[in-house]
Amino acid sequence: MSIETPDNLRYSKEDEWARREGNRVTVGVTDYAQQQLGDVVFVELPEAGKVVDRGEPFGVIESVKAVADLFSPVGGEIVEVNAALSQTPESVNEDCYGDGWMVVIELADPSEYDGLLDAAAYGDFVKSRSD
Amino acid sequence: MSATGPGHTPRTSRPNASSGIAYEEPLLFERSVEGRVGYQLPRADVPEVDPAELLGADGVRDDLPGLPEVSEVEVVRHFTRLSTWNAAVDLGLYPLGSCTMKYNPKVNERMARLPGFAAAHPMQGDENSQGVLELLHRLGGALAEVSGLDHVSLQPAAGAQGELAGIMMIRAYHRARGEQRTRVLVPDSAHGTNPASAALNGFEVTTIPTGEDGVLHPEPVAEAMAEDVAGIMITNPNTCGIFERHIGRITEIVHAKGGLVYLDGANLNALLGIARPGDMGVDVMHFNLHKTFSTPHGGGGPGSGPVGVKAHLEPFLPSPVVVQRDDGSYGLDAERPQAIGRLHGNLGNVGMAVRAWTYIRSLGSEGLQRCGEMAVLNANYLLARLRDHFHVAYDQPVMHECVLSDRGLSESGVTTLDVAKRLIDYGYHPPTIYFPLVVPGALMIEPTESESLEGLDRFADTLIQIAGEAHETPDVVREAPHRTRHRRLDETRAARRPVLTWQPEQPES
Repeated sequence: MSIETPDNLRYSKEDEWARREGNRVTVGVTDYAQQQLGDVVFVELPEAGKVVDRGEPFGVIESVKAVADLFSPVGGEIVEVNAALSQTPESVNEDCYGDGWMVVIELADPSEYDGLLDAAAYGDFVKSRSD
Repeated sequence: MSATGPGHTPRTSRPNASSGIAYEEPLLFERSVEGRVGYQLPRADVPEVDPAELLGADGVRDDLPGLPEVSEVEVVRHFTRLSTWNAAVDLGLYPLGSCTMKYNPKVNERMARLPGFAAAHPMQGDENSQGVLELLHRLGGALAEVSGLDHVSLQPAAGAQGELAGIMMIRAYHRARGEQRTRVLVPDSAHGTNPASAALNGFEVTTIPTGEDGVLHPEPVAEAMAEDVAGIMITNPNTCGIFERHIGRITEIVHAKGGLVYLDGANLNALLGIARPGDMGVDVMHFNLHKTFSTPHGGGGPGSGPVGVKAHLEPFLPSPVVVQRDDGSYGLDAERPQAIGRLHGNLGNVGMAVRAWTYIRSLGSEGLQRCGEMAVLNANYLLARLRDHFHVAYDQPVMHECVLSDRGLSESGVTTLDVAKRLIDYGYHPPTIYFPLVVPGALMIEPTESESLEGLDRFADTLIQIAGEAHETPDVVREAPHRTRHRRLDETRAARRPVLTWQPEQPES
């Protein structure tokens, strides 16, 4: 099983990815997560304006196999939500790092982003779990 | 090729025995013919009244609801045909892990149909319900004895409602002591109903990770346990089919900080006559009569999820409770100011209580113990036969079920879902798949005590054959099922774009 982990992203141990632009961080689930979940059929996201802590659930993802919480990799205010996912949850499978993005968070504490795993460390983490 | 083509002599001695009738069946709506009726009512011999006058204009709809127009025989055939598509425990092994799809003895049905039970009305009064009340009282006593608890309510109509009742009682207990506790601990291997029951009671759920050996360890419980924790919900044996061997220590830890211990009784079958939750320090638990005590399950009948408690929770049991009075007669006690309330319009699904009582009385205590022993032996036998062919998540002796996974098959591209679909080709209802969530690609098998050694061997042989196919002819497995009425259904599309109501075809204009 090959897993894509783009170098320009950061990763959490809960299998979310994060991409920082300025003080804003776009968040989604990783290629590993979408492969493990299988076909995603429903994504429940919060409304913009909600404030989340790092590691706090901000939504729910449901596939044909399982239902899982989405954990925020960083803390802050959710300023944008990918509303299109309610109609096209398949984007999470087809393009998890692109159209499958879930929320944009206004960073409360920039050091939290720096504390996330880089692509190599996340790749090792995934490997350690499947061995 | 047709085995019964013209000129072919059927090889069977009974030419009428056939495997050739397998019905397709359209929706009842598609059978509808305008104006066709099952029954015709006689012409009204009283003056007609405008319904709008009686009900008000708002109470009368403008258009007819578009129900199918069919005759009686069409309705009967429709549902009888659909019934022949069912998989059922009366047709074959039904190895759904965690569900305990055991055989439902027919004597249970005989007893439930005795007129004194079947025709009893809940409003006929205690005096005229002595038999039913005695049975309920005795069943409650038997469940208390099996579980090592002190009191049982038979009201909850299903396991999840029993859970809800259990957590409501835990909440009521803390409130009565003037304590505000806000959290409940739930292991990550729990049934989804556990966190749901806690959340419905307003508790925040703290998830406790399972150890690498598939059981809960005292350390993470001790770490999470605090004065704001109302209790812990444990399933034992757990959903991996493994006995929670640290439960004694865990209940001590929880009790020491004033918390209570809830046991999810879904897997009680494995413990019957061997070990009692009450002796492990459990304060409250639910039973699934439709799992452990052989009442119908999975659409075959209503569920029943009695809830049992230790004495300190008795005041909170759902009201009313069945009591035996000093003169030996039975009645209902509804004067229970601390009770959590009612969970059922009457006393629960009483027909299920009759069946469960019949099961308990026909087996006796020795028979119940043997049932637990055989359930455990059967699961371990399957595990022993299959462990060289499938990856085993936690390879150790199990209780009543075992959890395999598709990990060894990943090179062939065959997944747990494919194995499940291929089992259908061989005439088996698939086991539970992708649960428990802590095991990726889980294939969870619970044979129950109902199966014979030959039956278990046939099932094991089939799974071993499928494991071989996965390596040699993976496409055969990946494209399964091949021998069913419909090939593999598009489950993803059904979930993403469900069509839940029948819509008449619009005439082209």
